[in-house]
Amino acid sequence: MRSSVMRLGNITMVGLRAIARNKMRSFLTALGIIIGVGCVIAVVAIGNGATKSVENTINSLGTNYIMLFPGASTSSGARMFTGNSTLTADDAEAIKTECPAVAYVSPTVRAAAQVVAGELNWGTSIQGVSEDYPLIRSWNVSQGTFFSDQDVKSASKVCVLGSTVVDNLFPNGEAVGQIVRIKNVPFKVLGVLDKKGGNMMGQDQDDTIIAPYTTVMKRLSGKTKIDMIQLSAVSAGQVQEAQNQIDGVLRQRHRIPPKGDADFQMRSQEEIAQASGQQTAILRLLLLVIAAISLLVGGIGIMNIMLVSVTERTREIGIRMAIGAKGRHVLLQFLFEAVTLAIVGGALGIAFGVGASLAVKHFLQWPIVVTTASVVLSFGVAAFVGIFFGFYPARKAARLDPIDALRYE
Amino acid sequence: MPQNVIEIHGLTKIYTMGEVEVRALAGLDLVVDSGEFLAVMGPSGSGKSTLMNILGCLDRPTAGSYLLDGVDVSKLDRDERAVIRNAKIGFVFQSFNLLARTSAVENVELPLIYGDLGWSRAERHQAAMHALDRVGLKGRENSHPSQLSGGQQQRVAIARALVTEPAMLLADEPTGNLDSRTSEEIMGIFQKLNDSGKTVVLITHEPDIAQHARRVVTVRDGIIQHDEKVEQHRVDLRGIPPPVAPVAAEATR
Repeated sequence: MRSSVMRLGNITMVGLRAIARNKMRSFLTALGIIIGVGCVIAVVAIGNGATKSVENTINSLGTNYIMLFPGASTSSGARMFTGNSTLTADDAEAIKTECPAVAYVSPTVRAAAQVVAGELNWGTSIQGVSEDYPLIRSWNVSQGTFFSDQDVKSASKVCVLGSTVVDNLFPNGEAVGQIVRIKNVPFKVLGVLDKKGGNMMGQDQDDTIIAPYTTVMKRLSGKTKIDMIQLSAVSAGQVQEAQNQIDGVLRQRHRIPPKGDADFQMRSQEEIAQASGQQTAILRLLLLVIAAISLLVGGIGIMNIMLVSVTERTREIGIRMAIGAKGRHVLLQFLFEAVTLAIVGGALGIAFGVGASLAVKHFLQWPIVVTTASVVLSFGVAAFVGIFFGFYPARKAARLDPIDALRYE
Repeated sequence: MPQNVIEIHGLTKIYTMGEVEVRALAGLDLVVDSGEFLAVMGPSGSGKSTLMNILGCLDRPTAGSYLLDGVDVSKLDRDERAVIRNAKIGFVFQSFNLLARTSAVENVELPLIYGDLGWSRAERHQAAMHALDRVGLKGRENSHPSQLSGGQQQRVAIARALVTEPAMLLADEPTGNLDSRTSEEIMGIFQKLNDSGKTVVLITHEPDIAQHARRVVTVRDGIIQHDEKVEQHRVDLRGIPPPVAPVAAEATR
């Protein structure tokens, strides 16, 4: 037993020496695995980071969050989404009064405009919402106050600024109480919102101005319909109930029979998360396929070189067999060589992948999540690739006839 | 230890090449005592190479028995023959067959790696150094084959054959790639080893070389045609320069 363990050690040494003798070739062979594993690690890290940040934004919506937006409508028998909203501020009001499972409701209208403050100007998006908005999004002001229901009712020319807008229009930071001009309409700044960061699409959520929806509709967009309604249920458990109640109210108001196609759609936070999860799953599958292909290519590279190596070293194999190497000794020697190439390649690939991920994180500021699972998995796959693709050449070597091998020139 | 190192009866080897059967060995008998120095001669096609392959346990006979050092090796499978080759046979080839880019001492240690002796690295190294010393290569243990002359390479090969203390040395045209003076030198080493008790079987087609043995058998048409004791042509080892030839070492730089 002791001697067979020791012999295994000796044979692995033989394999190692063969690698060391052909440094350049060994490196090039391992390069396939290095790049394969490195790409897997880096791409998975970037993918995980993206998923993570999407999840964070969706979770930050709050578990009670429901989004209601206009859907396809039927006109003259043709079902289509015309782009014309069917939702009105009255719908929002009706939902608020008639749906007990709904806690807060905010009609939402959007506009884009160039905003001027003193000598500075900044192009940004304007969101018209109700006084419930901070409660729905759990997004509070860091300075000043949010506008009141009174401001909404009377369509006051007041607004609240996102921190990016403040940075660009009021570099000194003294924004509260100042006036900004949006499409030449002066708005008084009541407050500044908490910094929120990028959203799931990578947009800066702080690059926005929030004003009463009534004011935005009247002074800025001139629309009579609203773009969507954001709501929150009284509790996470009441989300489904709230959706049922809203469905009932809106069908009644829009005169849609219970079985008919609704002209609105709802998405709860959970449903948004699911939809995004499906996208991520597809992305992950795609990455896995790419990873599998790159490792396959790397493995074929190893097999190719090992086959060349076996042919090239036929005489050496003959010598070893003549002086007493059994078939399995030769098999182990070549298999070990292949596995070592794969494992060393895998280790270098991990270093390369982690390095590349950190570089991306540092220079591009992308969110990066390097998981232990991806490291362990790609390393395991690399080792498996070595065994799988090393076996055939090794067996070929082990089955050589010593007489022919010795005669080989 | 049995008296006979080799005991062969009715050794037959038939190669089938498509429809044609070639009878390379046709019931050959041969007995070699322990401590003998035997030369096997024969023209090409005589069955000499087939005999050498079977003697070296590289191949199996179609029929007949072959006792090597008391063990019937004629029916062993691949792995069993590998074990026998390792323990009982020391090969010396015409083209040296050393591993390139591997030092002399590592080449000599090689059979010990595959053996069942269970020696430690230090023990293997020591045995290899001793074997190199016996062929007069002390001091060249770290040289690689490319840094050694042909004669020196063949000495390393002999040391490799000796290191497991096999029952016999089996040398296949060991001087075929050497000039006549170096050939004498190598034959001198075989004679010296034989004097110290080693059984040596030499396969050659050169009568001059065969004269260094004590007994010469001639194979023809797959059987032994002549078997005669010869007056051994002794190599005068005193006339041979020391094995570490500085000139050869310089020349290969």
